[in-house]
Amino acid sequence: MLKMTSVRKTFRTDTIETHALRNFDLQVEEGDFVAVTGPSGSGKTTFLNVAGLLETFDEGDYQLDGKSVQGMNDRQLAQLRNEKIGFIFQSFNLLPDLNLFDNVDVPLRYRGFNSAERKQRIEQALETVGLANRMGHYPAQLSGGQQQRVAIARALAGSPRFLLADEPTGNLDSNMASGVLDLLSEINAQGTTIIMVTHDPSLAQRAQRNIFVRDGQVTEVQTGTNIQELLQQTAQV
Amino acid sequence: MIAYYGRLALLSLKKNVLLTGLMIAAIGLGIGAAMTTITVNYLMSADPIPNKSERLFAVQVDNWSPNEAYDEPNLPPDQVTWLEATQLTEAKMAYRQAGMGTSYGVIEPKGQDQKPYLASVRITYADFFPMFEPPFLYGSGWTAQADEARELVIVLSKEANNEIFGGANSVGETVTFSGNVFRVVGVLDEWEPKPKFFDLATGAFNDMEDVYMPYTLKQALELDTSGNNNCWKPIAEETFQAFLNSECVNSQFWVEFEDPDDKHAYLDFLHNYVAEQKQLGRFPREQNNRLHNVMEWLEYQEVVADDAQMMMYMALMFLIVCLLNTIALLLAKFTGRFGEIALRRAVGASRRTLMLHYSVEAAIVGVLGGLVGLILAWLGLQGISALYGDSTEGLTSLDGTMIAVGFALAIVSSILAALYPTWRACSIAPAGQLKTQ
Repeated sequence: MLKMTSVRKTFRTDTIETHALRNFDLQVEEGDFVAVTGPSGSGKTTFLNVAGLLETFDEGDYQLDGKSVQGMNDRQLAQLRNEKIGFIFQSFNLLPDLNLFDNVDVPLRYRGFNSAERKQRIEQALETVGLANRMGHYPAQLSGGQQQRVAIARALAGSPRFLLADEPTGNLDSNMASGVLDLLSEINAQGTTIIMVTHDPSLAQRAQRNIFVRDGQVTEVQTGTNIQELLQQTAQV
Repeated sequence: MIAYYGRLALLSLKKNVLLTGLMIAAIGLGIGAAMTTITVNYLMSADPIPNKSERLFAVQVDNWSPNEAYDEPNLPPDQVTWLEATQLTEAKMAYRQAGMGTSYGVIEPKGQDQKPYLASVRITYADFFPMFEPPFLYGSGWTAQADEARELVIVLSKEANNEIFGGANSVGETVTFSGNVFRVVGVLDEWEPKPKFFDLATGAFNDMEDVYMPYTLKQALELDTSGNNNCWKPIAEETFQAFLNSECVNSQFWVEFEDPDDKHAYLDFLHNYVAEQKQLGRFPREQNNRLHNVMEWLEYQEVVADDAQMMMYMALMFLIVCLLNTIALLLAKFTGRFGEIALRRAVGASRRTLMLHYSVEAAIVGVLGGLVGLILAWLGLQGISALYGDSTEGLTSLDGTMIAVGFALAIVSSILAALYPTWRACSIAPAGQLKTQ
């Protein structure tokens, strides 16, 4: 379970203060597939970064799997990220010099698994995303959709409790995007909690649950609400 | 994990060969320059007789002028007179003792096709051989009885034995030296202590003498004095004996103690000796007797030349400049890898883990830089040897210790150079980098 209570995050420069998150309250239950939408600059990505322990927050409380993350040191946060969270990024973030096997291996190395277990997990993760036969290939030899599948395999290999996806289909055409979303739905069906930030209302509608972020605050979107309209209204305001 | 980091490091280094080459060249140049000068300094200041350097002492007594010190501030002469060399040796107040000096003469080989040649001689006492432990190829040194009886005995260096006897065992053979026939009692093996600590007066890195014979023969055969001879007052008469009895310092005097603490008792003895000499009208200055063990003596005599030390400091400065360049290159390299670093942090690497990861990469650069540096150091030493010739023989070779030091210096330097770029790279906010990839 992921629970944020009154989380506040402010970015400061010498002259400007930007309140990215304010009194941000959210609870995500085990097995949820949550889509996070909102206009540009609303705080969606900041929320995802705080949730993924890539960014600290200024106030409030954040509990991941029942543990408050506040006060944890860099090593503890890194361990928590490694064990409990899988990331999927818009731009895939694959390491170009490593083949698919080694790319998926990266988080497993930090986990301390032995080589047999790593091999088994990598093969299984690549099997899940349909790329088991291309383990020796390099990212540049794959299409965008395939690269994102590798990124998903990398995120899955460590059996995380949460998958955090930031615009996972942002760099893909609609066919590939649909395929990736199908894959995420399958993964969610197997019990992995997914939180996905997207600007695409049609993709958001495929999640079980939708939340809308505006001015750093969260609003639960009722089932049946037209997210496209919501976005347009927000833009007009 | 270290092997994993090593594999990733090699991949990364291969990816940008030019940048990698520049870093290796920067470290290599710095290490090469530093190791060249460090090696010369190291060999200059090395302990030439490590097994007993703490028990061998150079003796100084101050027979110098009442009006001015031999050297400031109130330093006694570096050498002793013939009188002290003989009297202190014959007093036998230490475990072993040997007065010594240098001379020269003509050796007349027996073979008709061999020409006579001028040979350098170390005149000394029997104790010289057990004190300084030169290795013998054949035979041994002479006995104390031979000293007393002024026997015409001689020990040949390996080179002299090769010259006169073609390298054969010549013990028992005779050699004609300046008209006197000497009996060979021993032949030394190769022996070139660097520095030549027991006689620094003629140069710390000079060659060893061709032959050795009893110091007592100096008086008997009126052997000429070579090397440094310093006097503070005129010699009374123009006779050889007057020269020997003069206050001219031209000999060295060393003692060996079984226990270094015995030096206190020996200093008492020297005090009494000088007091007696004062009663005879000698030693007009205040008592100023000194004992230095081997390493103290080398330091006292400033065997490591100032310019060599200055060169070393300059080379170390150059190494720092090279490291600053390496830091800049590493900064450029790691800046280009912010995306990878951010990704690794996101998937579970702590800052410490990444510091280790990139330190391994820096260490590999260090090893390669060290290798280049050692090759450059070797070339540098060959260059010094070619420029300065025989006077640097023995000072221009890289031994195992220096090779290890070279690698250690390269690795430590490169890891230190990588600390700031790595720390900076690992301190970036991963979120921003991941979004902008």
